[in-house]
Amino acid sequence: MADEALTSMPKVGRPRREKRDKPGPLDYMRRWPLQLMVGATLVFLYLPLITLMVFSFNTSRRNVVWQGFTTDWYVKAFNNDSLLQAFLNSLTIAFFCTIFSVILGVLAAVMLWRFRFPGKTAVEGSMALPIVVPEICLGVAMLVFFARVMPWPMGMPWPLNLGAIIIAHISFAFPFVATVVRARLSSFNRELEEAAKDLGASEWRTFWDVLVPHMQPGLIAGALLAFTLSLDDFVITFFTAGPDTITFPVKVYSMLRFSVTPEVNAASTVLIVVTVILTAIGLQVQNNLSKEKKA
Amino acid sequence: MTDAQTSAQARPTPHVKDNAIIRFENITKRFGKMVAVDNVTLNIQEGEFFALLGPSGCGKTTLLRMLAGFETPTEGRVLIDGKDVAALPPNKRPVNMVFQSYAVFPHMKVADNVGYGLKMDGVDGGEIKRRVEEALELVKLDGLGARMPDQLSGGQRQRVALARALVKRPRVLLLDEPLSALDAKLRDQMRSELTSLQEKVGITFIMVTHDQDEALAIATRCAVMHRGVLTQVATPADLYEFPNSRFVADFVGSVNMFEGVLEKDEQNEAQVRCKELSAPVYLDHGVTGARGSTVWVALRPEKIEMHKRAEGSTPMKMEDAPAGANVVPGIIRDIVYLGSETNFEVELEGGRRVKTFRSNLTRYDQEDFTWDEPVWLAWHACSPAVLLS
Repeated sequence: MADEALTSMPKVGRPRREKRDKPGPLDYMRRWPLQLMVGATLVFLYLPLITLMVFSFNTSRRNVVWQGFTTDWYVKAFNNDSLLQAFLNSLTIAFFCTIFSVILGVLAAVMLWRFRFPGKTAVEGSMALPIVVPEICLGVAMLVFFARVMPWPMGMPWPLNLGAIIIAHISFAFPFVATVVRARLSSFNRELEEAAKDLGASEWRTFWDVLVPHMQPGLIAGALLAFTLSLDDFVITFFTAGPDTITFPVKVYSMLRFSVTPEVNAASTVLIVVTVILTAIGLQVQNNLSKEKKA
Repeated sequence: MTDAQTSAQARPTPHVKDNAIIRFENITKRFGKMVAVDNVTLNIQEGEFFALLGPSGCGKTTLLRMLAGFETPTEGRVLIDGKDVAALPPNKRPVNMVFQSYAVFPHMKVADNVGYGLKMDGVDGGEIKRRVEEALELVKLDGLGARMPDQLSGGQRQRVALARALVKRPRVLLLDEPLSALDAKLRDQMRSELTSLQEKVGITFIMVTHDQDEALAIATRCAVMHRGVLTQVATPADLYEFPNSRFVADFVGSVNMFEGVLEKDEQNEAQVRCKELSAPVYLDHGVTGARGSTVWVALRPEKIEMHKRAEGSTPMKMEDAPAGANVVPGIIRDIVYLGSETNFEVELEGGRRVKTFRSNLTRYDQEDFTWDEPVWLAWHACSPAVLLS
């Protein structure tokens, strides 16, 4: 194998390539087993989504037969005030959840990375708990908590009435942020921090000038994670939402109980598009920042 | 000749006046039960290029970090310019450091890296710009201020770290293993550049290194540390030629060490009998040890001469030693050709192997020593160092 690789190296000038030469030893992508796997994965991952999107343009009320193209369902969805309200609620919750999760997550990550203190293992374990505990349990726990221990005052003006849901979302989203940021921190060169201090920076300046720039990719990834986790969470929200604090996934679920209309498809398509756009923006920002560094 | 052997401390160190910029007074540092630095007292003079030399884990880096403010001594005082710095955090000390990894901020341009310390000091923008350019010129990086660190080579990154520390005009510059991350060619070049840089800026440099070649080549004075204890403080030449202990003799350079008994110790001659050497070791100076006590003879490989030996011939005589002394027979067992010199390993009668180096003075060796050839090993009466500890 090795000999073959050596002799097949270009000798002088450009090697003469046959139209379809044999795949090399590491050219897995040019062999059928991997191609099949990749193909199957793509089909099962994206075909359902594509079906959903396609049928949102269907004139039929039912999602099984294609009758003709229409955008009526989108118009209908946009005229559905309660659906719009739910959508707005979801975005608001996700927004606040992201901000607080990132702050809390960063603080937790830095604390666990930096300090040694009694009970550190316990804290680390309890941080992972919201990630491993089944969502349904968390949901019930939140329900009990907000019903008995700390009832969220009723009849607060928007968006304060979303407080209970926001708190619930933060509690399961920030450990994800902390995990991502912590992983990023492990590659931090401690000497950078010492260098900044050696050059006269205070503790606080060192944090902003050296640690935060290093954490940045983790911050963006964590924020995206928190945002999408919050936006599409159903189970926990379902248990904490009141009658006037419906979120988008909960609303879609309640619509489904009556009938699966293409209106739901349309609304879901909008959500998918929003999520994809936000993710793309986030990645773009990250790319630009790293390109700026290189320039 | 009498006190040539006596310890280097007794000899005056010519260029050093007591003008100490740094004083370590009875410094002890413990990490839990581990003693990293053990009762070190050391003065470093203004304008010196001082090297802290020792194997890894000997406490040299801890000592340096105490100076920078990243560690606090468990006991004792650190004085910079006569002032106790115990209460000063790293960002308030008049010292700057070049880190082993260089620690150049990866997300800042070269100019911003160099200007960072000035910005922290509240120097105004125009002044920063001017001084950054000056500093970059000093380390021969002029024109690269707009580059990002990942566009620089390792050697250039180190220069950035140097400029960044020097631009603050510290009283003392600390260097933590400054050359260890560079490749061999670049290391040689940086060595001489570091010395000329230090001469140019006139700042006291303190370097930590485990590489004795580096310390000997760069430093004006070295301190050898071993297990937290300061073993010897001396100029590079004294360290090499007049080591005060087996550890220093062995750590600095290459050495053949023989255990022996002091047979004679007069004002201007001494003799040691070593079990592994068939002839006595004769010295042309006294060694101030008790007669009959155990001593160690350290013989540097380049100070041993090698001569052809015909089977059954009488031993040659060294002109500065009595007949039979300082000459032992052996057989060449190993030859390592290194270009500028050749290293030989010679097996003595008792089986002990001795290293000896010969410079390759001509393009082919007239004597043509070869494997398994019988030879005489001989040395002058002033060559061996006798160590009491």
